[in-house]
Amino acid sequence: MLTAIVLLPTAVAALLLCVPRGAPRTLFLTAWASTTAVELILTVIVWAGYRTDGGMQYETRARWIPSAGISYHVGVDGLSLPLVALTCVLFLACALYAWRDTRRVREFAALFLFLQTTCLGLFVALDLILFFVFFDLSIVAMYFVIAGWGHKNAARSALKFFLYTFIGSLALLLGFIGLYLAADPHTFDIVDLTTANPLAGHATYGALVLLAIGVGLAVKTPTVPFHTWLPPAHTDAPAAGSAILAGVLLKMGTYGFLRIALPVLPGAWREYALVFVVVGVVSVLYGALVALAQTDFKRMIAYTSVNHMGYIVLAIGAAGAVGANQEEARRLAVTGSVFQMVSHGLLTGALFLLSGVLYERGRTYEMSAYSGVAGRAPVFAALTGVAAFASLGLPGFSGFIAEFQILAGSLGPEPVATGLAVLGILLTAGLFLRALQQMLLGPLRLPVAAPGTDRPFPDLRLHEGLAVVPLLVLGVVLGLAPRFVLDVVEPASRTVLELLGR
Amino acid sequence: MNEMTEMNENPLYLLPEVLLAASAVLGLLLGAWLPRRRQWLTGALAAVACTAGIVAAAIAAAAPVKTVFGDSFALDTLTAGARIVILGATLLVLALAAPRMHADARETEFYVLLQLASLGTLMLAGAQDLLLLAAAYLLASVPAYALAGFRKDGPGTEAALKFYVVGALLGVVMLTGVTVLLAAGRTTSYPMLRTELAEAPGGLVAVGTLALLAGLLFKAGGVPGHFWVPDAVQGSSGTVAAFLATVPKIGALAAFYRLAAVPLADADLPWADLVAVLAVASMTLGNLAAFFQQDVKRLLAYSTISQVGYLLLPVAVAGRTDLDQPALLYYLAGYALTNLGAFAVVCALPRAHTLDDYRGLARAHPALLASLAVCLLGLVGTPPTAVFLGKLEVFSAAFDGGYAWLAVAAAVNTVASLFYYLRWIGPAFRTSEAVGEQRVTSRPAAVVAYAAATGSVVLGVLGGVVLDVLDGPLAR
Repeated sequence: MLTAIVLLPTAVAALLLCVPRGAPRTLFLTAWASTTAVELILTVIVWAGYRTDGGMQYETRARWIPSAGISYHVGVDGLSLPLVALTCVLFLACALYAWRDTRRVREFAALFLFLQTTCLGLFVALDLILFFVFFDLSIVAMYFVIAGWGHKNAARSALKFFLYTFIGSLALLLGFIGLYLAADPHTFDIVDLTTANPLAGHATYGALVLLAIGVGLAVKTPTVPFHTWLPPAHTDAPAAGSAILAGVLLKMGTYGFLRIALPVLPGAWREYALVFVVVGVVSVLYGALVALAQTDFKRMIAYTSVNHMGYIVLAIGAAGAVGANQEEARRLAVTGSVFQMVSHGLLTGALFLLSGVLYERGRTYEMSAYSGVAGRAPVFAALTGVAAFASLGLPGFSGFIAEFQILAGSLGPEPVATGLAVLGILLTAGLFLRALQQMLLGPLRLPVAAPGTDRPFPDLRLHEGLAVVPLLVLGVVLGLAPRFVLDVVEPASRTVLELLGR
Repeated sequence: MNEMTEMNENPLYLLPEVLLAASAVLGLLLGAWLPRRRQWLTGALAAVACTAGIVAAAIAAAAPVKTVFGDSFALDTLTAGARIVILGATLLVLALAAPRMHADARETEFYVLLQLASLGTLMLAGAQDLLLLAAAYLLASVPAYALAGFRKDGPGTEAALKFYVVGALLGVVMLTGVTVLLAAGRTTSYPMLRTELAEAPGGLVAVGTLALLAGLLFKAGGVPGHFWVPDAVQGSSGTVAAFLATVPKIGALAAFYRLAAVPLADADLPWADLVAVLAVASMTLGNLAAFFQQDVKRLLAYSTISQVGYLLLPVAVAGRTDLDQPALLYYLAGYALTNLGAFAVVCALPRAHTLDDYRGLARAHPALLASLAVCLLGLVGTPPTAVFLGKLEVFSAAFDGGYAWLAVAAAVNTVASLFYYLRWIGPAFRTSEAVGEQRVTSRPAAVVAYAAATGSVVLGVLGGVVLDVLDGPLAR
């Protein structure tokens, strides 16, 4: 089942590439959108069949490269299932959003379908090398998305993105090799490694492996100081690419921490948890402060991603404070971090798609170029407002639940750091309100109409609405009735903490 | 004793080598009689010899390990693996050459030289005796000099001359090394050298080994024997460049590994440190020099120098881990396929010489760009291509052999190499006005490029099966 979900998009992509380029544009777009819809349905079926307290499910394990300890091993649990669902939702939204695209549609659709395979594959992978394969391929696919369909300095940004995240992935690979050689018998299997806990009692070795894996995942997440690739990549990527980059690809880093670093290296993690707490808080504050200084709407959202991912790193760092008799709090923090991944994926995805709408109308992201947009495009303004409020953590939206859990959970183990992190919420609230005020309210002022649009700033079109609205609706649903996700996540976070406590 | 000697001198043991030699000689004779339009038959004969050689090598691989022709030639997994990779690579080069050389006045000569150079490489891989190694070096080098200057134009002549001068110099140094090692060990046969060199004076062994390595590094194109690579690859035709940058390395690295694992295994030498330094030098210099190249063949030439660096990792830790031999052979196979794929793309666009000429390739030839991307990203080590698994094995071998820093250095270099490969792929997405002349393609070369790109992915995915086969004892 999982294998079918993972491989279906790539199979369709291969088929699309066999269709001659001259075929009607709608053929490719329909195929793309319907594939992502089927993916979502399949994921819903998997979710329906998932027993909330059953641990790892839908497992498949096949021999792949036995002599190197590599197997094809996939499965889902409470950590990965929400992210798989998030991935399918976001890719469907992107397929709908791209409905009016005209630039090399066949290749674009094929690339996105392939990208979907890599993202889904990563979240279900239970073998380090399989994880790495998808990790690397997602970078490659995203590079081509930015380089081929980006704007302005796309080639430069794409190169920076690739080089930077590739450094991270190689650090990760070295860490994986370290784990492989430490285990007896040598294996790359995550489940086996988790059971074996191979580096217990090897303090220095464990620290070095954690350093390699930590750097690799921190680049991807990204946390300060490894975040510098993110703003240019986001600014120059096409809107759908940005949405996936922020919504799904960034989660690979934090998911990697929860899936690999905590369970496999519990000793080293407990030892160095404080480092991650500090890095998390710095990311929260630095991301918010730099976002405050931005004049470019998309760049601002990119920096708020650094801020939001910082909360996650803070939470999983706080989870490492074992022995402080804070069982309940730490579990809350881990659950909150998974919930924040989902919430941030939905909301930032929506915000990036909306910024794409903005760019398409005005050919610039400069916030000072727009004013009074609400009068001209009320639906766009309303949705942007909702997305911004949701993103700054207003109660009633998923972001609130996530950040509340994270902060409440981290407060006990790490009171000072959490106190500082709360300031980040204040800053993001300020910057979002300022951006909304500047762009949406006030006297009407728009950039010169972009070529191809008949009148300045038409309101949201149907396909754009279909892409954005469901993301925000889900954000509200998760904010009001989060139980159905939390039921899945909580047993898994309990397991992670048990493994960490060994 | 006499009976024993007769028994291990059965020419059938060397069937792949004999087939290639026979086909070269027969091709030369045929070429003298065939009309020009029929000379392709000699090429077909060469292809048949290579294919039959691969089959023979695969069958021979199942037999138990032994040393034949006295103690001079080893029949083991290393030889078998190298034979298959060398012959397969030669086959791909033949496929690249056939359309280009068709009805050329010197078509037969080209095929004969190609086969003789491959034959020399095969001998390098299996040589179990210093004198045979030296002879194989000459057999692999001399036809290659002629191939480098085959076009008889200015750059080709320069390429051949540089190639020859460096080759002759390092060849003499290598012979000196053989002499010194003979003096130190009183024999040239590897198994006996192993015991002799362990007791020989360390200084003498070190000097002899260093001099011997000069020749092997020349063939492998690794630092410091790399000076010929950029000029020879840039100056010769695309096909010859593909051959020179790929095939000789396979034999040279197999010989390098055998040297490490058999005669020098017990010698009092800082072998691992020495090779580690050579490896780091190779990958770093190759990468740094490739950074701002404009000519695609020159860029690939420097990239092959850096690849030798990675390939030297398992040689450095030879004998310190179980992973070394499968890692080396698998990486060699993946590298040969991927590198030939990249060169095939270059051959498929004969008018595109610089990186700028590849502008707009995404629109004009998407399939060709896809092959190029697979091959170049493959050379970086992006999964699931074969070189990724090769790198993984090589890094694991280095870690396991206690040389973690070497794996880290290789990983850093890998990131650096990504930069110049992307400099090549990146412009392909930009639109270009210079359509037309640059867009001439050679269809057969393009097919080879597709095949090699697909092959490198398939080899990567099916790596498990291949890796299992590559683990086998060495002839000692």
